[in-house]
Amino acid sequence: MKLTKQSVGTFLAKQGILVAFAVFMIGFALANQRFIDIDNIAGVIRSSAILGVMALGVTFVVIGGNLDLSVGSMMSFSTIVVLDLHDKIGPALAIPAMFGLTLLLGAFIGFLVGYLKLNSLIVTLGMLSAIHGLTLTWSGGKNMDIADKSGTWFSVFGQDRLLGIPMPILIFALLAAILGLVMAKTPFGRKVYAVGGNGQAATFSGIPRARIVFFTYLVSAFCVATAGLLQASRSLGSQNTVGQGMELEVLAAVILGGASLLGGSGTIFKTVIGVLILGFIQNGLLLVGLDFYVQYIVTWAIIILAVWLDVAAKRGSLWSPIA
Amino acid sequence: MSDQVPVLRLEGIVKTFPGVRALDGVSFDVRPGEVHALMGENGAGKSTLMKVLGGIHAPNEGQIFIAEEPVTMTSPMQAKAKGVVFIHQELSLADELTVAENIFLGELPLKSFGRVDWATLYARTDDILKKLNVRFTAKTRVGDLSIANQQMVEIGRALTVSPRAVIFDEPTASLTDAEKVVLFDVIADLQSQGVGIVYISHRMEEVFKMTDRISVLRDGQYRGTLETAETNEDEVTKLMIGRSLDLSRNETEHEFGEVALEVRGLSCGQQFQDVDFAVHKGEVLGFYGLVGAGRTAIAETVFGLRTPSAGTILINGKEERINSPIDALRLGISLVPEDRKDQGLVLGMNCRDNMTLPQVGDLTAGPFVSDGAEIAIFDQYRDKLDIRTPGWRQLVGNLSGGNQQKIVIGKWLSMRPDVLIVDEPTRGIDVGSKSEIHNLIRELAAQGYAVIVISSEMPEVLHVSDRIVAMYSGKVMREFTAQDVTEDNLIQAISGLGDDKAA
Repeated sequence: MKLTKQSVGTFLAKQGILVAFAVFMIGFALANQRFIDIDNIAGVIRSSAILGVMALGVTFVVIGGNLDLSVGSMMSFSTIVVLDLHDKIGPALAIPAMFGLTLLLGAFIGFLVGYLKLNSLIVTLGMLSAIHGLTLTWSGGKNMDIADKSGTWFSVFGQDRLLGIPMPILIFALLAAILGLVMAKTPFGRKVYAVGGNGQAATFSGIPRARIVFFTYLVSAFCVATAGLLQASRSLGSQNTVGQGMELEVLAAVILGGASLLGGSGTIFKTVIGVLILGFIQNGLLLVGLDFYVQYIVTWAIIILAVWLDVAAKRGSLWSPIA
Repeated sequence: MSDQVPVLRLEGIVKTFPGVRALDGVSFDVRPGEVHALMGENGAGKSTLMKVLGGIHAPNEGQIFIAEEPVTMTSPMQAKAKGVVFIHQELSLADELTVAENIFLGELPLKSFGRVDWATLYARTDDILKKLNVRFTAKTRVGDLSIANQQMVEIGRALTVSPRAVIFDEPTASLTDAEKVVLFDVIADLQSQGVGIVYISHRMEEVFKMTDRISVLRDGQYRGTLETAETNEDEVTKLMIGRSLDLSRNETEHEFGEVALEVRGLSCGQQFQDVDFAVHKGEVLGFYGLVGAGRTAIAETVFGLRTPSAGTILINGKEERINSPIDALRLGISLVPEDRKDQGLVLGMNCRDNMTLPQVGDLTAGPFVSDGAEIAIFDQYRDKLDIRTPGWRQLVGNLSGGNQQKIVIGKWLSMRPDVLIVDEPTRGIDVGSKSEIHNLIRELAAQGYAVIVISSEMPEVLHVSDRIVAMYSGKVMREFTAQDVTEDNLIQAISGLGDDKAA
């Protein structure tokens, strides 16, 4: 095939993310040998696990054709709640109680978006703020710490290893495997694709659209609760804002993985890839000596780039002079 | 007249889409002061042609001329600037704005600093409204107008420039007889000013009353132009549908089984009122009428997508409440919807997953969807319906229209329904597939299915139906058997003319 300006454009439009990723990786590896060090790689995966767990749930929501911008502030809520309850009712009760409360929040969002058919962007943006307020009300605005940090088994989820593998990575992998199967192999997963791909056709096929959307938010809330557990268990203490801004990182990972914001496409496996890409890019930026805060700018740039390439792939060109 | 320079001329227009040759060498011209009808069945290429004219699609071959000057159309706005204006069947007005704002949308007269010159705006709007002979004022909110008056506003838009050619797409589809008279006056007025009119319509009597010449499209091909005064409905019909496709009348007489579905006094708000019909096992019941006559709404009500305001639905003699498609499916009713792409398919999904979608919850092995069960169903209906696809993994969006439609039919057939409702079974698909789908419908009836076919194409209805229900404006006008129906009677019944039920 002749290499024309147009064919390069089409290729970039379709494979742009991988190209960009490869360029980044090679650049980082050349700039700093440590980047491809096995310890560094394991470290990146480990530190991506919490974000990754949240991204798994948001993948369900996005494939179902909606957005979830509340996951960051919901994760703060879960973390604060489980830490607070840990000292009040003990870890064995605190964990299920926290899961129950987080699922309740998810159910509320699912009800608003699924059954009342409210716009998911507005609902979850509103919930981002509302849940933040809820968290602050719960904690009284103070940081939450476990009193006896060395005397609790609660740290197993965040700090222990099993078979030499850090627990957060194991839990992330296990959840990814289970949810990957649910998405790809179960009737529920199929219905999520159908509802996100063409809601009207799904309705005509006898698929209860509202209920499916409702359940995608429950899955998302379950993942957030798990992420909150990992976060709380790792640090045994937390600020009220621990998850702040993560909604955008999560969304970036999901889009990087190739899920379309229009719904109906994407996979759990690809989201895992997206999470890792994001993690490695952020790690690489640190290793080449850039300030930590640069990653906020980069995350933003990645979202814009990914959305642009998603649209470009559909259109078949990077640029369109008419709307 | 014929020595005049045509205001608009198309020459050898070809437009292809993946898998379809939507327009295949279409040529025709419009002379000043002429009303030129463009006729053809659904899917014949009329709307594609209009999109080419409006610059929405670029033609692969061919040339458009305005007053014999070659032009390239890039957008409807640009077409309008060149004097070619479209009056669409579907209105594109902003309800919240006034009549004046809508008419001059995008070209509001301005004063300094970009302020709207309201005085000029209203004065110019009043001039236009005077020509249209309407009762509403420039300051009326468009959302408060009737559909007919909204159409007048749409026409008003065309008059903000001095158009050379105005294209009316099914302008009378939603008008009452009195409103039509006003529209025809407006057209006659334009005509007297030397404007060329393209008049797209299905309605023979209008075409013969209004137009000077008739051009016919069939399956994307230009079939010829006739002088209206020298031809008749028969000749035009033949041009429109005279194809190798067998559309002979269905004259087979055979025994039907019991009543599978019966509807008594069914109403749904403004959509349709007091509808009665019954369909037997082994029978094809055709529903014929114009778009908007309530046929699709009836199907959607029976399928649980709309809630009836009155009446009863009986399945196998038993009264049932159908509140959702889930209920309908449980009771053995399937609906092949009117709009394949919006309602029938998830285009980004593969062929197999689309076909098994309504029953995916039942095709399980343990917690997972059974690949084997799904593929078995897909294979069975691929063979039965002769669906041509490289394999089940193919995305449905990549198939031709005919094969897509077969996937939708397969999807509903694989539910093994007692009653199969097919809404516009052959809209926008090629001749060969049409014929296959017609045969399939007859075959299904022979196998004992009760089939309801809704169609806007008369030959199709006559070809497949054992009985025909004619609808007009939400009401059943008349019921025919395949033996006693004539085209004239059918046209009269769906036009709201002549005999009603009592006759």
